[in-house]
Amino acid sequence: MHEYPITEQIIKICTKHCREADAKRVLGVKLVVGDSSGFIGESIQMYFDIISEGTPCEGARLEIVRVKPQLRCPSCGEMFVRAPMSFACPKCGTDGEPTEIGKEFYIEQIEVE
Amino acid sequence: MHDIRKLNVMENIMDENDHIAEHVKEHMTAHGILVVNEMGAPGVGKTTTLKNIIERLQIAKPFVIEGDIESDLDTKDLNALGISAYQINTFGACHLDAPMIEHQVNEIEFDLENKERGLLFIENIGNLVCPAEFTIGEHVLMLISTVTEGSDKPYKYPLAFEKADIILLNKVDLIPYLDFDEEFFMKGVRALNKTAPVFKVSGKTGEGFAEVAAWLEGRAAALDINEHVHEHHGCGHEHVHGPHHEHGKEHEHCHDHHHSSR
Repeated sequence: MHEYPITEQIIKICTKHCREADAKRVLGVKLVVGDSSGFIGESIQMYFDIISEGTPCEGARLEIVRVKPQLRCPSCGEMFVRAPMSFACPKCGTDGEPTEIGKEFYIEQIEVE
Repeated sequence: MHDIRKLNVMENIMDENDHIAEHVKEHMTAHGILVVNEMGAPGVGKTTTLKNIIERLQIAKPFVIEGDIESDLDTKDLNALGISAYQINTFGACHLDAPMIEHQVNEIEFDLENKERGLLFIENIGNLVCPAEFTIGEHVLMLISTVTEGSDKPYKYPLAFEKADIILLNKVDLIPYLDFDEEFFMKGVRALNKTAPVFKVSGKTGEGFAEVAAWLEGRAAALDINEHVHEHHGCGHEHVHGPHHEHGKEHEHCHDHHHSSR
């Protein structure tokens, strides 16, 4: 349920960039969301439609790029997506370490007119 | 004016929250107070843990901010024991965020009395997911896990275990009655987090809490008040997150293996 304040923040950032570029409205928003950022794309879309009413973001298309979390094996360097209930590297069996891949939560690009 | 343009934004959505959190942390550092963000699922014994730690503090004055969806039962409970506790109700929100904490700490008069250091415990909403995503100005993220929840929790809630600076494994007095697989639990913890000490504690018997209190006071004593004031003026905020957050700066890792109190 915490996607609500987060979506407000997204609209705030998009509106700021839209105004700074002297544009009238935002047509599209490209959002990058890592699966372990904890944010659910579908919920953001739902709130986006509600909160953006009456703002320059109203009616904007939301494109969400999801990123699967990857672990890095400290022994062989393999980058991998883990299996459920395990952190083991598929190549050598050593437990992988967390990386920043999969924690993304940023606005990459907006389309304005 | 009607041309369609693409603008590269590349802006983190959590930046504003993180920026406010950084200010809260600097503000509290300047007061000589270590901020501890306590998180854990409902029923793991978060308030009981605080009582157990606070009664074992030697050098630091405790303060508590209680986060609850509603009710102020825990705050009343702590106040009755003479502990300075303040309530935040989120009315439905599943976590505390930095603006809520900033607002609250500005309301509190932090009088350390005759103590050199303070410890501000912020008890987050009972939830193992959302609180891990929002920094609130803490120096230390303290995770409470329990043997009753089962040994698979690091595998199911990796972010909380990855971000923790200290992990308490509570209710260890119940181990004889459960099938808790400690080896599997620790394997998961260490895959995610190489450095956080794991203390085995029992809210029922008090076992292990003296060590936890000593560890926290060690971190509080190591706060560099002047350095942070300097950093503040230089506006050189460092926004560090994740597993390497502050680790190893002020303390030696003599706690690499998990503890038992004897």
